[in-house]
Amino acid sequence: MAAYLIRRLWQMIPTLAGVILLVVFLFKWFGGDPAEILAGQNATQEQVLAIRQTLGLDQPVWVQLWIFVKQVATFDWGKSWATNEAVSNLFATRLPATLTVMIPILVLDVLLALPIAMWVAYRRGSLTDRTIMMTTTIALSISFLVYVIVGQYVFGFQLGWFPVQGWSDSTWTNLTTYVPLPVLLAVMVGLAPQTRLYRSFFLDELGHDYVRTARAKGMTEGVVLFRHVLRNALIPILTNIGLSLPGIFVGSFLLETFFSIPGLGREVLLAVNRSDFPVIQATTIYLAVLTMVINLLTDIAYKIADPRVVLK
Amino acid sequence: MNSVVLNPSDGAATDLQQKSEGVWHAAWRRFKADRVGLYSSYVVLFFALLIVLSATGLIAKGWQKEVGVPNAPPTLLGPAPPQQAGVIEVPKGPNVDLSDIDPLAPRYKEWAERAKQFQTAETPRAETLPFGGDRLGRDVLAKAIKGTEVSVFVGVAAAVVAALIGTVLGAFGGFFGGKIGDGLEWLYNVFESIPNILLIFAFAAALKSRGVETVVIILALTGWTGMYRQVRAEFIKHSGREYVRSAEAIGATLMSRMFRHILPNVSHVILVRMSLLTVGFIKAEVILSYLGIGVRVDQVSWGSMLAEAQAELILGYWWQLVAATLFMAVFVTAFSMMTDALRDALDPKLRGLEK
Repeated sequence: MAAYLIRRLWQMIPTLAGVILLVVFLFKWFGGDPAEILAGQNATQEQVLAIRQTLGLDQPVWVQLWIFVKQVATFDWGKSWATNEAVSNLFATRLPATLTVMIPILVLDVLLALPIAMWVAYRRGSLTDRTIMMTTTIALSISFLVYVIVGQYVFGFQLGWFPVQGWSDSTWTNLTTYVPLPVLLAVMVGLAPQTRLYRSFFLDELGHDYVRTARAKGMTEGVVLFRHVLRNALIPILTNIGLSLPGIFVGSFLLETFFSIPGLGREVLLAVNRSDFPVIQATTIYLAVLTMVINLLTDIAYKIADPRVVLK
Repeated sequence: MNSVVLNPSDGAATDLQQKSEGVWHAAWRRFKADRVGLYSSYVVLFFALLIVLSATGLIAKGWQKEVGVPNAPPTLLGPAPPQQAGVIEVPKGPNVDLSDIDPLAPRYKEWAERAKQFQTAETPRAETLPFGGDRLGRDVLAKAIKGTEVSVFVGVAAAVVAALIGTVLGAFGGFFGGKIGDGLEWLYNVFESIPNILLIFAFAAALKSRGVETVVIILALTGWTGMYRQVRAEFIKHSGREYVRSAEAIGATLMSRMFRHILPNVSHVILVRMSLLTVGFIKAEVILSYLGIGVRVDQVSWGSMLAEAQAELILGYWWQLVAATLFMAVFVTAFSMMTDALRDALDPKLRGLEK
């Protein structure tokens, strides 16, 4: 196990190096001159040169790369170009809002989709099957955006069940007042594809011989489903949850923009529109690291869910 | 002796060329049998016709013209009731003559002369439009058709470019393995380790221009990984097969083996994957346009229509939202179902399994 962990961590280094190279050269080649962006339109030549010197832009490429690597390693990203706020502070203040919205979405999604998928897979009938497939296909063909627009209009504006948008300083007020509507909409939209996916995992497992054997032994359906099938189906489900975990930290850009939630996603979007490179670069790299770590944890979680899995 | 071997008699040849059904032919036969898939493809074809007509300027050319009154309702509903807004009463009594103290008075005549040289054509504005009008009085139906053209173009073009990147890289990675394969795997891992939406944003921030082409480039450069993975797996599977080795034995070059022998045998996989990508990219474009990093202001897409619709809905003008949603839902549903049928037809092994 320890050897496995060390090897996996070791393998992250070239990937991380690749991410850094990608981020650096993407902005270097296509992003334009940071000094000119920073200095604004009325800057004199000297000002541009001075900025270039402070940022190390007059140095050779490998020196610039080294500066960048040092920033990654020391978590010191300097300040946002647009607001002059420290990037680390930006992370610290925006992340809680994102998590307040995204964690309930993930938890509800899984908790609701799991039993529904199991039930649908168990009651597999050709007609219901086809109807469900058809409904989800049509439901999925409409953009998430439409659901959010209509949902906000109907539940927030017409019925007045929830505030249309807003945010406060207290997590509790946020959770009880402002979060329910975005969460409700996201879960409503996310549930269908999630159920469909989980259903296919359950169906895969239900077709296996061990299910027949268990039934032949005279096990009750409950035991077959919950002790045998569920544990095996959990493996692909865990992968799926693992894959969606990094997304939590960025948050749903759309939801945050739409409901004016001061989260990380909205901040990144603002940074994109303001050419605020440090914010985007920092987010990209840390999210990449986080994704790699979560992938590793998912693999370890397999081992716990299924002792047959050999980590190599 | 040689000639006998090289030119087998005609009788033997007809025996060998036992009529066996080609893979595309068989796929078409299976596709035709799938009624849902067939009807969906008719819908897709209808949309394709619409797009061709709109791209050539035969219909929806004047989508930018302000042909109706602002927020003109759809014809079915009839014209909007006249607004009872508080109009300021016109003061009674004669106008006060200001000409002796008005400093501009001497020049009024001159300006009136100048103004006469310009013709202002007051275009008659329709009270109602077939599917209503937007904030500026533009025809929503024309916008929706033009938006279909743009959105579908973005989806298809990005899918084609992504498929191209993924196929070429996957072919090299799968066929050669070794150093090249490792290098490409590394590239794949780098792209996979960044959450997709963030990658899109990073590219959008770096490529500062906005517009249809930029969206296509961004989506293609961030969306090729799945295709790469699948093509690579197929190439690994095929590169050791007998037909490829016989091709090598008769002296087929590397490129010829990769792209003339193996590629046609995996093209069905690429086609299916490409259709799935198209649907994903169309949806992505809608979100990107809403977030303001999609099409430009002088272009229209389903996403930009939905972005306008948000504000209109609050005022009760629902038609633009419905038009964009309807066009998108019908097209994407038909396209997805066609893709499902295509997958079943081209890859019978996958039948019954859901993605």
